[in-house]
Amino acid sequence: MLGYLLRRILAAIPVMGVVALFVFLLLRLTPGDPAAILAGDNATPEQLDRIRASLGLNEPIYIQFYTWIMKLLHGDLGVSLISNKPILEMIGPRLEPSISVALATIILSILVAVPLGVIAAWKHGTWIDRFVMGLSVLGFSVPVFVIGYVLIQIFAIDLRWVPVQGFKSLSAGFGPFFERLILPTCTLSFIYVALIARMTRASMLDVLGEDYVRTARAKGIGEAGVLLRHALRNAAVPVITVIGSGFALLISGVVVTESVFNLPGIGRLTVDAVLARDYPVIQAMILLTSGIYVAVNLLIDLAYTLLDPRIRY
Amino acid sequence: MAIDTLPESSIPVTRPFRLRLGFLTATPIIAVATICLALIILMAIFAPLLAPHDPLLLAPAQRLKPASAQFLLGTDAFGRDLMSRIIYGARISLVIGLGAAVCSIVIGLLIGLVSGFFRWVDAVMMRVMDGLMAIPSILLAIAVVSLSGASIWTVMVAITIPEIPRVARLVRSVVLTAREEPYVEAAISVGSSLPKIMWRHLMPNTIAPLIVQGTYVCASAILTEAILSFLGAGISPETPTWGNIMAEGRAYFQVKPQLIFWPGLLLSIAILSVNLIGDAARDALDPRMKQREGK
Amino acid sequence: MTNVVLDINNLVVGLGRKADAHRIIDDLSLRVAEGETLCLVGESGSGKSVTSLTVMGLQQKGTLIPSGGSVKLVGEELLTASDRRLRQLRATRMAMIFQEPMTALNPVVHVGRQIDEVLRAHTDLDARARRQKILAMMEHVRLPDVERIFASYPHRLSGGQRQRIMIAMALVLEPKLLIADEPTTALDVTTQKQILTLIRDLQRDHGTAVLFITHDMGVVAEIADRVAVMRHGRLVETGPLQDVLRHPKMEYTRNLLSSVPSLVPRTPRPETTEPVVLEANELGKVYRERSLFGKAREVAAAQNVTLTLRKGRTLGIVGESGSGKSTVARCIVRLIDPTSGGVRLAGREISDLSRRLLQPHRQKIQIIFQDPYRSLNPRVTVGESIAEGPINYGMPRKDALARARQLLKLVHLPPDAISRYPHQFSGGQRQRIAIARALALDPDVLVADEAVSALDVSVQAQVLDLLDEIQKRLGIALLFITHDLRVAAQICDDVAVMQHGRVVEQGPAAEVLTNPQQAYTRALLDAAPGRGWDFANFRPVSEAAE
Repeated sequence: MLGYLLRRILAAIPVMGVVALFVFLLLRLTPGDPAAILAGDNATPEQLDRIRASLGLNEPIYIQFYTWIMKLLHGDLGVSLISNKPILEMIGPRLEPSISVALATIILSILVAVPLGVIAAWKHGTWIDRFVMGLSVLGFSVPVFVIGYVLIQIFAIDLRWVPVQGFKSLSAGFGPFFERLILPTCTLSFIYVALIARMTRASMLDVLGEDYVRTARAKGIGEAGVLLRHALRNAAVPVITVIGSGFALLISGVVVTESVFNLPGIGRLTVDAVLARDYPVIQAMILLTSGIYVAVNLLIDLAYTLLDPRIRY
Repeated sequence: MAIDTLPESSIPVTRPFRLRLGFLTATPIIAVATICLALIILMAIFAPLLAPHDPLLLAPAQRLKPASAQFLLGTDAFGRDLMSRIIYGARISLVIGLGAAVCSIVIGLLIGLVSGFFRWVDAVMMRVMDGLMAIPSILLAIAVVSLSGASIWTVMVAITIPEIPRVARLVRSVVLTAREEPYVEAAISVGSSLPKIMWRHLMPNTIAPLIVQGTYVCASAILTEAILSFLGAGISPETPTWGNIMAEGRAYFQVKPQLIFWPGLLLSIAILSVNLIGDAARDALDPRMKQREGK
Repeated sequence: MTNVVLDINNLVVGLGRKADAHRIIDDLSLRVAEGETLCLVGESGSGKSVTSLTVMGLQQKGTLIPSGGSVKLVGEELLTASDRRLRQLRATRMAMIFQEPMTALNPVVHVGRQIDEVLRAHTDLDARARRQKILAMMEHVRLPDVERIFASYPHRLSGGQRQRIMIAMALVLEPKLLIADEPTTALDVTTQKQILTLIRDLQRDHGTAVLFITHDMGVVAEIADRVAVMRHGRLVETGPLQDVLRHPKMEYTRNLLSSVPSLVPRTPRPETTEPVVLEANELGKVYRERSLFGKAREVAAAQNVTLTLRKGRTLGIVGESGSGKSTVARCIVRLIDPTSGGVRLAGREISDLSRRLLQPHRQKIQIIFQDPYRSLNPRVTVGESIAEGPINYGMPRKDALARARQLLKLVHLPPDAISRYPHQFSGGQRQRIAIARALALDPDVLVADEAVSALDVSVQAQVLDLLDEIQKRLGIALLFITHDLRVAAQICDDVAVMQHGRVVEQGPAAEVLTNPQQAYTRALLDAAPGRGWDFANFRPVSEAAE
């Protein structure tokens, strides 16, 4: 078990290495002077010098990479070109809204999507199945922000059930926190529900054709037992895999949703950085989100061993 | 007795795995999707003929006008005709969708084929692909565009890069499965060269999944382009794209929701149609998958 | 007849609901009495499995529709019974065991719990009583170390143990009827024999009626009281075992029995002094499993295998699954690289040649695979598949296709098959095409890796005849890999018996298979089902000797 854990962690290192290298090279390999790219067209020579010094652009490229990586490993994500503040400090207060929305979305999506997928597979070929699949294609196709605005129009503007935009910290009380979280969560859940429901259905259909499901039926146990005890447990591995790989989609969705609902999260931070051409911040956000993605998928790898005894450590 | 009867000579030669265009009208829903997509394509091609106004013409006096006989859908915050801008917007979306699909499939196919066959390339390439997949695609695209400046080409590159790993992994897994097939081993034992085995016995297996994947990449590229524009990280704001129209409409959402509603509707219809056609192509190419995932 | 447990009368099962739907089962009537074993025999597609699933109410709902006749279990009609009633009857009155013990058990649940589910669904026993009953039942099916196995996952158990678990699960509530659908087909012969004995013994003790489905005449001869032969969904004939085996009334049954290869080796061909075309010297293949921590695990798939094959002769490698026989075959054709020892082809060492240098030698040795459905590229025409080899070695395309036509004729397929695609042919026909492809390069040695194992006996007999004919005509040497001693006895001049990666006994087929020297070979022969019967001559082997 410990060996398996270590191996999974070791396997994650090259992945993060590639991410870091990609992010690093992106700036250096873009044609033109990196400092000029970052500073924009109307930069003064002093601004350019300041950027060069701040990113160490005067050094040979491998030394730049080495110093950058060493700083990263010590937890130094660099300094914003605009505000001159350490990026880590900028991220801190932005985490709560993003994590709240992401967590709420995952929980809501799983609670909705897994039962939908199970029922669709069980009632394969009926109108319920077609309905769930139709819903799932719709979820893939309608852009997050379109869903967001439609929900705002209906529930916030027309019905006035919830506030239009904004965020209140949990420390300000659960009520205000919760009512501002409802719409962003529902918006973001659409695509995630589509993804998970589709995979649950496909995986369940596979498993329902397996011999051991026939054996379970031959034992004379009820349909609920067959579906839940025998089929769902075996169908779980692809489903949690897609929950993990869909996490990248979720992060992208968070960025958009925060813009739609004006949430002061890390997504807003990223978009603001893009608009201000604050590359060190963009760089840091890519590293951070990729790190989260890799960590989530590491946890999912470990979950496999709990779900399927055949997976060797 | 199951006598091993010889086939009748009159039996016609039937080719396996033919994708006939009939799948485009397999069910009423798919037929509607095909028609919608065809209309959007026609709209893009004949935009100059269809658009009632110049989509770039600024008319500050006419800003945020409601729908009228002159401006069928009203005007935006700069007084430009919304309908004309939406009609022209189809062009960018389709070009980006098609371009990203073709590019990512060509590059992904090459990487996947080579990785599927050479172990050492595989080890390196798959780590690189894992790394690229770990970066949320919107963030990756944002970074590329914000560095290299916003043009239709950089946006296309930015959208293509994150799609490549998915295509490469798909091709690789098809190749890895196919190379275990006895017919590939048979080809090895009758002395076929590696390029011949790849081209003749492995490549054809990837075509069907790639057609399907291509439609999904296309849908996802249209979506990503719109998101980039919407976030202000896409093609320059005066260019009429559906994402740009909506981005500009954000500030006026409470006053004039049509600025988001109409382009959003067309965008959704376009993506939905491409996705539905992709599903239909998959069902037509692989009847077994239909049983698994069909609709 | 005494108490009839299962009574099937004029059963019709259609594919779909339409009145003119294709009938998978057509007017089938069967009876199984208490304490009796009825063997339902037929080739693939005869409808025997559908029959069993229909009795259990487990047929594919919405696709397979019972549209006529009746199925009565101890007098109770099953076709019209509600789902609820059928659930109550399953495991209590009727139970079933399946072909694949590997997949029939839920991989993520302890086997003890899986048996426990039966008791929980159908009895009111408390946890302790259930556990005791299960452990007792597990001992009853002769499982060792029952406490440990109770808490094991299926993948920790051997195929035979899993099938015992299935039997325990099926019989724990003492049902009146046990349906066994090819329960030993996926098992090795030695395990098969134990399982057959177990079913037989349990049936005697409990008076269960057994409906035993099989395609294997050997198994029929071992276990049946009565036999029913099916073909295309219809009953061909039925009767007591001895009657059917000795005096089959119907042409089809007679053909089926004649196709079963005899375990008595064919009359040996005279020894030859033809040149040796293939030699394996102390061939070995070790798989190393790399591991980041700790030592690499080594698995020897083959060790010290030495074989000699002369022109025009057939050498059989026989053994159970995992014995390493396929590994040896694949090393010899260099689909995998041996880790030690040598292979000499026509006097030339090829085991250490690089892929490039090997190229000119490849054409001298060709291979045919087991699965006829996967050994031809579905996207390439039959002609192109056959011509691929000659074209690789420089033959002009036109000539290669002309050669493909000749070869198709040689394997008894019409020349116009050349432009067709593989999906238009049956399994047996595809295997002929694969043979034609292998022959296209004029090889000295043809390796057949379980080449007839996936075929029905009648088709198997035809392909074996074809191989024999080709060998006589072309003087080709055959290396024949098989798990089936009957096939080996009919086609091989010499056999090598393999176990755990080693050759345990080697010699002329007539000697090894009639007078084995090694305990393992004896056990293997002893376990061969129906060894007492000479099916093709409709009599027991003992009567032939007299």
